[in-house]
Amino acid sequence: MATVAEQTPTAVAAAARPRSPRRRSARGGGLLAVMVEHSVAVVLAIAFLAPFVIVVLTAMMTDRQALSGNVWPHPFRWANFGDVLARNNIPRYAANTFLYAGLSTVGVLLSSIPVAYALSRIRWRGRGVAFVAVLATMMLPVQVTVVPIYVMFAKLHWVGTLAPLIIPNFFGDAFSIFLLRQFFLTIPEEYADAARVDGAGEWRILLSIVVPLAKPAIAAVGLFSFLYAWNDFFGPLLYLGERQENWTLSVALSQFRGLYHVQWNLTMAATVLFMLPAVLIFFAAQRSFVEGVTLTGVKG
Amino acid sequence: MGSGPLGPAPRVMTRTLGGRWAAAPAAAGPAVAPARRRARRRSAWRRRLTVLSMLAPWLIGLAVFFGYPLVSTAYLSFTHYDLLSSARWVGLGNYRYMGHDPYFWPAVRNSLWMICIATPLTVAFAFCAAQVLTKIRRGAGVFRTVFYLPTLVPPVAATLGFLVLLRPSGAVDRLLGLLHLPQPLWFDDPRYSKPALTLLGMWGIGSIMIIFLASLLDVPEDLYEAAEIDGANAWHKMRYVTLPTISPVILFAAVTGMIDALQYFTQGYVAAVVAGGQESGAGAGSSLGYPLTSTLFFPTWLYQQGFQYFNMGYAAAMSVVLFGAALVVVLILLATSKRWVHTAGGFR
Repeated sequence: MATVAEQTPTAVAAAARPRSPRRRSARGGGLLAVMVEHSVAVVLAIAFLAPFVIVVLTAMMTDRQALSGNVWPHPFRWANFGDVLARNNIPRYAANTFLYAGLSTVGVLLSSIPVAYALSRIRWRGRGVAFVAVLATMMLPVQVTVVPIYVMFAKLHWVGTLAPLIIPNFFGDAFSIFLLRQFFLTIPEEYADAARVDGAGEWRILLSIVVPLAKPAIAAVGLFSFLYAWNDFFGPLLYLGERQENWTLSVALSQFRGLYHVQWNLTMAATVLFMLPAVLIFFAAQRSFVEGVTLTGVKG
Repeated sequence: MGSGPLGPAPRVMTRTLGGRWAAAPAAAGPAVAPARRRARRRSAWRRRLTVLSMLAPWLIGLAVFFGYPLVSTAYLSFTHYDLLSSARWVGLGNYRYMGHDPYFWPAVRNSLWMICIATPLTVAFAFCAAQVLTKIRRGAGVFRTVFYLPTLVPPVAATLGFLVLLRPSGAVDRLLGLLHLPQPLWFDDPRYSKPALTLLGMWGIGSIMIIFLASLLDVPEDLYEAAEIDGANAWHKMRYVTLPTISPVILFAAVTGMIDALQYFTQGYVAAVVAGGQESGAGAGSSLGYPLTSTLFFPTWLYQQGFQYFNMGYAAAMSVVLFGAALVVVLILLATSKRWVHTAGGFR
């Protein structure tokens, strides 16, 4: 018994230590094993990259080449990207998508941060029930509640506009609340206690202590919300399908081939342009991403 | 984890010290008790108001976008409703029709296929990829980035990419031809359209893989050393050390994977509409399920019934079925998890 009590603090300290790739040298694994492991990794890396390569190469083919089975474009037709932008109202769809993603992100952050704080840093009766409600809403398939919500927005005459996609985000997002709560739980209580002794209210503590300390998690949640909206297809299809000028890029792209028959080269050029922002954001904020994703899997 | 037993102690102190009122009358003799009690009660009220002010938007959202729709879906499922005229009560009519609806059961079968075959394959693949990443010594960051990158591709874009990748006489087709392997038509063959979608899912495993990777790196090294002293080989270490230690993460991956499979829509929709050669505005989906009904998933059929045919009562009934399915899946996983998930960490 005594030994367990002594061990626990060290175990906690070990878990809190920043993760570093495990040093393998200590235990076995000869040269052959290392070579096998690395070649498996290389094969997998090629498999993960191949679709990107094919998409980008197809995007630069001429119409004729795109119909043939050739893999390598000859000549490279860079003008495809310009053609796609010029011919298709794509700037308009991009503006719609940015509007949807940007405003959603603002809404999610404004509404979810205080909820996550109340669920992690303040004790109150019913907190457990509220947390279960967050988990339940997070796990509910969207299609379960979609019919009445659609009816509601139809009665408000919002179908065909971006409002049904943006407004709900200002009323808290379960996944973001969950993720922020997990992070808030890791912030030491001492800072807040010191502020409480000085007479600071909970809102003050949230805004002046917890939010600055939680910047990485907030950045991750912001990125996830932005990308969720950027990638979303079901919502825009449902509410904007009939109103072409309000389409987002995902809906526009899904109709692309219908509009242009079999012009895979132009479709792929549009695909490249559509995936580019997400990939660029990732490289700009890789650390936030990985920390955020890891946080979703940590037990509270 | 460690904050559990230590947590309450400082909080009890803050409750008496925290309110501005509590400190003042502390030295005033017999009058202290009621004054302090009143002060404490007042600070408890302030606390409740603060909590309420933080929760308010979410509580409204919970009622408007979750509570009310659940009740309303249940009600609408017993009606005939087309948005234009008011709902007409039809009792169990919608549920009875499911048995005769020629597309209902294919949709159920296809969704079950995603839950029972695609999801386990995808989760297992994510685990293997994470396992590979733990063994990399040089350039681990580069490999991790490459493995993660596909997750960032918007699902519509990823589906279009795979339609090009797997098209007849496309890159994969020619590679398979060179190797003298069978060259299926993938998105144009009802037997191969779901495997093609599964490949697409396996390409985008990044998030779950990163979670697996973090938990694999967290398995205490001394457990492996102890196992080695006991003469364990690689399989033993995997079976008796790695898998039990990370079992909570496997449960997490299984639950989220199954829920995702239940609402699987975008990739199936785009693959069917684009491969099926639909030429009209968004929403026209006569090629949904192409080829044949092989990509008609439960949410796809719900979408078509509710928002293209405006059989909203029937769509609501399908929503209720979906809700039941989600509940069953989660409850089964949680119930069986007691047998195979170890929550005590390294110590038993």
